[in-house]
Amino acid sequence: MNSLSLRRAAGLLLAGSLSLTAVACSQAGDGGTSAGGKVTISVNGQPPQTQPFDRKVFDEDVAEFEAANPDIDIEPHEGFMDPKTFSAKLAGGQLEDVFYAYFTDPANLIARRQAADITEYVKDVPHYDAIRPELRDVFSKDGKVYGVPTANYSMGLLYNRALFTQAGLNPDQPPKTWDEVREAAKKITALGDGKVGFAEYSKNNQGGWHFTAWMYSVGGRIARQDGDKWVADFNNDKGREVLQHLKDMRWTDNTMGEKQLLVIEDVQQMMGAGQLGMYLAAPDNVPTLVNQFKGDYANYGLTGIPDGEGTLIGGEGYMLNPKASPEKIKAGLKWIQWKFLNPDRFEKNLKRYKEQGQPIGLPVPPVADVWTGDIAAKQSQLKASLATVPVANFQSYVDATPKGQIEPPNAQQVYAILDNVMQAVLTNRDADVSQLLADAEAKVNPVLAQVK
Amino acid sequence: MRRRVAENLAAYGFLSAALVCFAVFSWYPIARGAVLGFQQVDFVTDPAWVGWENFERLFADPLFATAWRNTLLFTALALVFGFVVPFLLAVVLNELRHFKAYFRLIVYLPVMLPPVVAALIWKWMYDPGPGLLNTALRGLGLEGAAWLDSADTSMLSLVIVATWANLGTATLIYLAALQSIPGDLYEAAELDGAGVLRRLWHVTVPQTRFVLLVLLLLQVVATMQVFTEPYVMTGGGPEDSTVTVLLLLYRYAFYYNDFGTASALSLLLLLVLGAFTALYLRVTRKADA
Repeated sequence: MNSLSLRRAAGLLLAGSLSLTAVACSQAGDGGTSAGGKVTISVNGQPPQTQPFDRKVFDEDVAEFEAANPDIDIEPHEGFMDPKTFSAKLAGGQLEDVFYAYFTDPANLIARRQAADITEYVKDVPHYDAIRPELRDVFSKDGKVYGVPTANYSMGLLYNRALFTQAGLNPDQPPKTWDEVREAAKKITALGDGKVGFAEYSKNNQGGWHFTAWMYSVGGRIARQDGDKWVADFNNDKGREVLQHLKDMRWTDNTMGEKQLLVIEDVQQMMGAGQLGMYLAAPDNVPTLVNQFKGDYANYGLTGIPDGEGTLIGGEGYMLNPKASPEKIKAGLKWIQWKFLNPDRFEKNLKRYKEQGQPIGLPVPPVADVWTGDIAAKQSQLKASLATVPVANFQSYVDATPKGQIEPPNAQQVYAILDNVMQAVLTNRDADVSQLLADAEAKVNPVLAQVK
Repeated sequence: MRRRVAENLAAYGFLSAALVCFAVFSWYPIARGAVLGFQQVDFVTDPAWVGWENFERLFADPLFATAWRNTLLFTALALVFGFVVPFLLAVVLNELRHFKAYFRLIVYLPVMLPPVVAALIWKWMYDPGPGLLNTALRGLGLEGAAWLDSADTSMLSLVIVATWANLGTATLIYLAALQSIPGDLYEAAELDGAGVLRRLWHVTVPQTRFVLLVLLLLQVVATMQVFTEPYVMTGGGPEDSTVTVLLLLYRYAFYYNDFGTASALSLLLLLVLGAFTALYLRVTRKADA
């Protein structure tokens, strides 16, 4: 083999490997206005194949929407908001035009300019003004709008009716105060056989999230505005009251089980297996307990958050890609309104769920509780008339109307710090409640100082 | 001369695919990460240079010192357990007359489990209530421990898991080293009247010194990057007792979306591990010479 052909071979190899790499690194196109004036928008929030019913509903909706709007082409993607991949997707040009956001995210996304300003376009969205103002505020800043809320929840107390009955408690009269929760937890734990009266999270930011719910329930706060900046507001009597109550239940009464550092799935598993009496939860936990953890609707009751001075509200909505064109923003908002915020489709949606044997009557989607006035009234009337689950079991939750408060700013970072407080109280018999709160306050203040 | 160039050209041609892959998927990200450490990034606007700001933020974070302390504690504990135990195990296995292959398999089995699965199994065993370990301890009339659920014992519990999971590999490497020791050395020592311990100390250890050193350095580099166990089992708790450097890095990147500070931290980790790696390379080069 002479040197020339060798060189040629080497050149070919080099070219080959380069083109391979180029293929490996090429990106999917981000779509756009295709020929014929059609707008293509990518949207996420498509349920995974493992949830066949929800997936079917979603795909049917896409088809129906496209038929009604021949100039819009929807490109659905699985998945919701994953903070772990969000920035990478945005940087790589892979973020959907219309993307799901949880209530804790918008403030940061807006501050980091990672969502489009849709103030001009929202004016044309039907019924936008009938959405509850406190939910709209979550997606707005300084009079500008960056997204639309589509669902919300508020925290209540979920309890096991069967265990209540076994423990000699009346399942139709669930605890109204934290003191009553404490007493009920004693009776349920006394059943023995590994039964746990009350469980609480303390890991992966969920401990801080639930500490926040406790604080709201007794009329406390996590943060307050001081002039133009935010400061911590839990190192006080309310904070001490909450932690002391938890500490008493954990160590004095022994009604919270031995194993701690729990997260939501651990607790749902305990509840589904009939081992747990009560935990703080939103109504959307009930279908999860039934579908994933083999529970039974008749066994669960939901009531308002104990003490009821306030409760934590969370939820979800959709925002638009900061790089999306005006046509895409318009088309995206049209889809969001049609699919999630459409009073004309209440009845159809409920009937579709009912035909498939899905529970109707729980305070959860398909008809989200985001409305005010006539639309809210129409929705609850329809829901009651089509109910399939024991509505009475959830009535006291619906009747309880504590003042809903949204999560503190920079919630996830604050929660990470408050996780520690929960962990200390639940794993250390000698935890010093006052010291814990003072330490947490010193750590939370710099985090809140970053809020612009 | 021309011929040599041509021959090398062919070699470069064959190498080019690997080189391009390394460049695109390894070297470029590393360089980019180093640059990110000095920038503030939001992925919408152009990155802004912030100088040492990210490092200052790290040094101001009380968790920064905690994470290094925890990581060093983990590394130290992991060496005590993960270094000594496999060596002794290998010596015992080497002395076995029967069932050698069977025991080798037993020792190696845990390595085959995916780390997350192992962590989840142990999480269940550590359950202070109905968990396997405490049930066994109570059966023996002893008091159960809180394991993961107490800041005093959480790190030790993680080290036990990590050691158990990685024991097999180290044991097999030691075993191979032991089997390469010439038998007549032992015979000579025995004739001189050396007992078991003295044979171990004067024959086995010097003969396997190099393997011991290499494994020690590799283990330091590996254990300083501990992530899976604390991430899956404790999330860094209780009370920050198991927050490691990589876990903190993960939080900065994926909880707080602060890739600049996360990159700054990874740069610091790179420097520390780089020092150990340089040491490792020197040791192996000495051995090769």
